[in-house]
Amino acid sequence: MSVAVPQILNKALEPFLIIVGSLTVSMVLFGIFVASAGADPFEVYQTMYRAAFGTSFSWQNTLVRAAPLMLTALCTALPGYLGLIIIGGEGAVVMGGLFAAIVALTMPTAPPIVVLTTMALAGMVAGGVWLMIGGALRHYRAVNETISSLLLNYIAIALLNHLVTSTFRDPESLNHPSTHHIGEANMIGVIPGTDLHWGLVFGIVACVIAWFLMHHTVFGFASRIAGGNVRAAQVAGLPVGRLILTICFVAGAAGGLAGMLEVAAIHGRANDTLNANYGYAGILVAFVARNNPLAIIPVAVLLGGIRASSGLLQRAHELPDATVLVMQGIIFLVILFSETLYGRFAKLQKQGAS
Amino acid sequence: MEVGWWGVLIAVLGGAIRIGTPFLFVSLGECLTEKSGRINLGLEGTLVMGAMTGYAISLHSGSPWLGVLCAGLAGMVLGALHSWICSFQRVNDIAVGIAMMLFGTGLAFFLGKPYIQPSAPRLPSIDLGGWSDIPQLQAALQINALFLVGIVVAVVLGWMLKNTAWGLKVRVVGESADAARALGLPVDRIRIMSTAMGGFLAGIGGSYLSLYYPFNWSEGLSSGQGLMAVALVIFARWQPIGCLWVSLLWGGAAALGPSLQSVGVTGGYYIFNAIPYIMTLAMMIITCSPKRTLVGVPRELTMTR
Repeated sequence: MSVAVPQILNKALEPFLIIVGSLTVSMVLFGIFVASAGADPFEVYQTMYRAAFGTSFSWQNTLVRAAPLMLTALCTALPGYLGLIIIGGEGAVVMGGLFAAIVALTMPTAPPIVVLTTMALAGMVAGGVWLMIGGALRHYRAVNETISSLLLNYIAIALLNHLVTSTFRDPESLNHPSTHHIGEANMIGVIPGTDLHWGLVFGIVACVIAWFLMHHTVFGFASRIAGGNVRAAQVAGLPVGRLILTICFVAGAAGGLAGMLEVAAIHGRANDTLNANYGYAGILVAFVARNNPLAIIPVAVLLGGIRASSGLLQRAHELPDATVLVMQGIIFLVILFSETLYGRFAKLQKQGAS
Repeated sequence: MEVGWWGVLIAVLGGAIRIGTPFLFVSLGECLTEKSGRINLGLEGTLVMGAMTGYAISLHSGSPWLGVLCAGLAGMVLGALHSWICSFQRVNDIAVGIAMMLFGTGLAFFLGKPYIQPSAPRLPSIDLGGWSDIPQLQAALQINALFLVGIVVAVVLGWMLKNTAWGLKVRVVGESADAARALGLPVDRIRIMSTAMGGFLAGIGGSYLSLYYPFNWSEGLSSGQGLMAVALVIFARWQPIGCLWVSLLWGGAAALGPSLQSVGVTGGYYIFNAIPYIMTLAMMIITCSPKRTLVGVPRELTMTR
C-alpha cells in the first residue's frame, strides 16, 4: 500500500500540474496580447476577476453561463472515452431546444410538471438521436465522426430556421421568427434565494452521473477498453457498436437537455438564439478537462467566468467583445500543445529517483 | 424576352461562380494540406482572418490586390502555426484545427472592430457577358479575376502534385511518414510548408468574401466555408481539378434558394441552404465503408485511421 499511494498521487499530479502550467502560460500570452492592444494586463485580469467572481451578482452571471457548458462539454467528453472526437454539441442543443418547444406546444392544458418532464425527455431524445447519427455512421459506414457531426450541426440549424419560419412560426414574432411561447406557467423557476435557474443543478448532476457511469460501472469499463484499442475490445467480445451508439446517445441527451433548458428557463420559445455557440465552447471545456466529467464542472465555471467578463472588459478597457474569444483560442491552443508534455515528467522523476 | 425559369438556371450558374470561388480557394488549400497528411479544420479561422486582413489593407492602401496578398500572408502565418503545433508528438490535428478556428475568428473580430463601418475599395470584375442583351446573363457573367486565378491554381497544383519532385515529396509524406523518413525527407518541414501554402490560399478565399462578394466586413461574413472545405476535398477525391468542379457545384447549390425565391418559390429557403451539407454527408455515407478506405485518400490522414 505504501507504494500505491504515491503512484495514485502521481497520476493525478501530472495532469494537474500540466493544466495549471498551461493556464499560466496562456495568461502570460494573453497578457502580452492585451498589452500590445494598449491595455494594462494586470488591470485587465483584475477586471475579469471582478466581473466573473467578484460579487454574488457576478458569480450568478458566471454560473448561468457555466450550466449549459457543463452539458455541452459532455457531448464531446463522453465519446472521447471511445476515442471519438465529436463536435456536434451545437446540433444536439438546437435539436433538443426545438423539439422540447414543439412538444410543449402540443400540450396546452397539461400541468406544468408534466409539460416540463415531457420537454426534458423530448429534448434529450432529440439531442441523443442527433448525436447518435454520427456514432452510427462511424461504426457502420466508417464515416469520420468529426466531419459528420460538424455537418449535422449545420443541418440542425437549417432545420430549426426552417421550422420556426414556417410550420411552427408564431405570427407575432415578426423580426425574430420564433415558435409560440410555451407559457409562463411552464417556465422553470429559479433556485430559491438566487437568480439562478435550475440548469446549474442539472449540469452538475449530469456531470456526476456521467463520471459515475464511466468510472464505476462495467459499462464504463468496457467503453474505456474499447477506447484504448477497438480490435482488442472486439476480440474480447465487447459489443463495440452498441457501446458507441449508447455513449453517443447519452452524450447527445446532455446537449439536448441544455437546449431544453435554454427554452424552458430563458427564452420560452425556440428560435435561432439556441445557436449561441454553447456547443463549440463545450468542446473547449471537454478538452481542457481532458474528458473527465468531474473536471468539467470547474472548467465550465472558469470558462463561464471568462465569457461573463466580456461586457465589463468592453466598458472598463475599451477592448472589443471578441477579446474573450482570443483568450479562449489561446487557452485552447496551449492546452492542446501541452498534450505533448504528458509522460515527460514521469521520465524525469524516474531518473531523479534512480 | 421572358426569362422566367431560365432565369433560375442562369442565376444558379452565376451563383456557382460567384459563391463557388471562395470554396475553390479554401478547398485547394485544404487539398494541399491533406495531401501532406494533415487535416486543417482551422481554415474557417483562416478564411475569416483573411477576409478581415484583406478588407483592412485594401481600405488603408487603396489597393484591393494588396489586400488579397496580405490576406494570403495572414493565412500563411495561421497555417504555419497550426502545423508547427501539430508537429509535436501526441498533438491531435483535428483538435488543434478547432482551436485555430476559435483563435483565428476571435483575432479577426478583435482586430476587425474598426472596419465594420468604413467602405474599402472593391476588387474589379471582368465583364464576359457583353455579347448578350439579357441582363440576367450579363450579371451572371460578371466574373472576378480571382476565379480565373483559382482555375489556374487548380490546374497548376494538380500538375505539380503529379509531375514534379516537390509534388512527389508532398505525396510521399502524406502516404507514409515512415517511408518518407527512410528516404531522408524532412517530414515536419514539408508538412509545415504545405499547410502554410494551404493557409495562403484559404486567406485569399477570405479576401474574396470581403472584397468582392458579399463585399463587406462583418462578424457574420463567413457561413462556414472554411469548415466545409474538409468535406469538399473528400468529395473531390483529393484532386485539385475535382476541387474546381465541386466548388462550382456547391456554389450553385447555395444559389438555388435565393434564385428560386426570385421566381416566387419562397418555401424551404433554409432547407436549400442546407443542401451542400446534406450532399456532403450523403457523399461520405456512400463512398465510405468499413471494408475499404476511400479512393485517393492520403494514408497518413487521422480521419482514415
